[in-house]
Amino acid sequence: MSIKAENIKYIYSEGTPFRTVALDNISIEVKEGDFLGIIGHTGSGKSTLIQLFNGLEKPTEGKIIVDEITVGEDKKLLSKVRQTVGLVFQYPEYQLFEETVAKDVAFGPMNLKLPQDEIDKRVRESLELVGFNFNKIKDASPFDLSGGQKRRVAIAGVLAMKPNYLVLDEPTAGLDPAGRNDLFEKIKTLHKKANVTVILVSHSMEDIAKLVNRVIVLYKGKIHMEGTPKEIYSQAEELREIGLGVPQVAEIVNELRSRGFNIRTDILTVEEAKEEILKEVRKRNV
Amino acid sequence: MFKNLTIGQHYPVESPVHELDPRVKIIMTFVFIISLFLIESFITYLVVGLFLALAIKVSKVPIKFVIKGLKPILMIIVITFIINLLMTPGKIIFQIGFIKITEEGIRQAGFMAIRLTLLIMGTSLLTLTTSPIILTDGIESLLNPFKRFGLPAHELAMMMTIALRFIPTLMEETEKIMKAQKSRGADFESGNIMSRAKNLVPLLVPLFISAFRRADELAMAMEARCYRGGENRTRMRQLKISKGDFVASGIFIVYFAAIIMIKIW
Repeated sequence: MSIKAENIKYIYSEGTPFRTVALDNISIEVKEGDFLGIIGHTGSGKSTLIQLFNGLEKPTEGKIIVDEITVGEDKKLLSKVRQTVGLVFQYPEYQLFEETVAKDVAFGPMNLKLPQDEIDKRVRESLELVGFNFNKIKDASPFDLSGGQKRRVAIAGVLAMKPNYLVLDEPTAGLDPAGRNDLFEKIKTLHKKANVTVILVSHSMEDIAKLVNRVIVLYKGKIHMEGTPKEIYSQAEELREIGLGVPQVAEIVNELRSRGFNIRTDILTVEEAKEEILKEVRKRNV
Repeated sequence: MFKNLTIGQHYPVESPVHELDPRVKIIMTFVFIISLFLIESFITYLVVGLFLALAIKVSKVPIKFVIKGLKPILMIIVITFIINLLMTPGKIIFQIGFIKITEEGIRQAGFMAIRLTLLIMGTSLLTLTTSPIILTDGIESLLNPFKRFGLPAHELAMMMTIALRFIPTLMEETEKIMKAQKSRGADFESGNIMSRAKNLVPLLVPLFISAFRRADELAMAMEARCYRGGENRTRMRQLKISKGDFVASGIFIVYFAAIIMIKIW
């Protein structure tokens, strides 16, 4: 089971002066259990790519295959694809519309035409998954919540469809650091406990480095780099060239190394960096 | 869904028509519409068609683009055609039951269809070759003389500018919310009228909320920069009549004279 993209090409506004190639010959496979990060600058095509995954957009050329279903071939299977691939857009709180939180989260499962008791069960489960006390939150109006809470409700709304794959587009944009860490914790739990394959889209290296086990770097609609976070971040120079930063830790480590410290450059966390630096310092003192 | 909407869409290329003063273009479009309603024979429409074809050619807007703008009003044209075809009394040339088709009806229907088509093509040429901001500048300038009678020309123009400015934003937003709800299994395309209207709720509620939020933010931002209406306000782009405007006006006067001449004959 996987999401497979085969030689995808996507062109906007073909035949007008606004014509732009958003994606150019992209092939990826996201296997079940993956925690994939897609990084790219604004306009690198990352948002377009994830919309292809659940059939919201059709590729100009190439094929998307979700769990053996070729997306777009059979219109009847489109709702199945959208259920399988849960897509959380940027600023998802703007899609909330119901009077109560519970009703809003129920919107997805209702569209799947599930029986009422299954809907109720899923609403409760998904609200708890994103860290709410169900009884406290269920009757609140989504418009009375804080920004971070709204966003978690919106994510619960997608989780209630029980997707095998969860795609999150810049899930922490506009949140304060506490809200950001909190949300990332929740996403991590989802991946581990609920066994959801997660695709995380971001332009922030920092965020992605800590979470994912594979990174794809998109640049001008093409796959520029692909590998584990450590592999990617050790190429700081190349990343900087295409306008992406590396996590601060990686930056410090790279800088130290270029000034003659003999330490590894594939370091991602502050903890690791501390150990390495201490090791080196001790060596020098001796 | 909104990709075919050409009305009010600017087609940015450099051409003599794009460079004309917006006031000249607005007046010409206005008189062009009047000229359409003066016409009483098919041959005159040929003159109009030729003139329009020339204008489109000079404007460098692909003819395909102009024709695509007709799509949204195609239904109106068809309905007008059918109503005129069936409702005009006169010499009957064809009849099934109560449906009568008259000679006058065919003539009238053809007339109306051509008139509407030319009308839309002519006016969309104005919006295609003029950016919305410049267009409202032109309208404001043309409305200025009426300020004396209490017409808030600047405020009207500002409202239009803002409205036009937000059309693409709101359309983008609509599309985004639509996609988000589709991802949650919403269906906007099937069902009967009642269920379709009901299905729009998840789209319209967030859209209205965000429109109000945007309006609020914009008002705040304008106030923060001391906006206080038209009085003593200077502008970055000054409208100026240039040589091209005289040439265009000359050609247009010849066209209009020709239409009048044919009519008098």
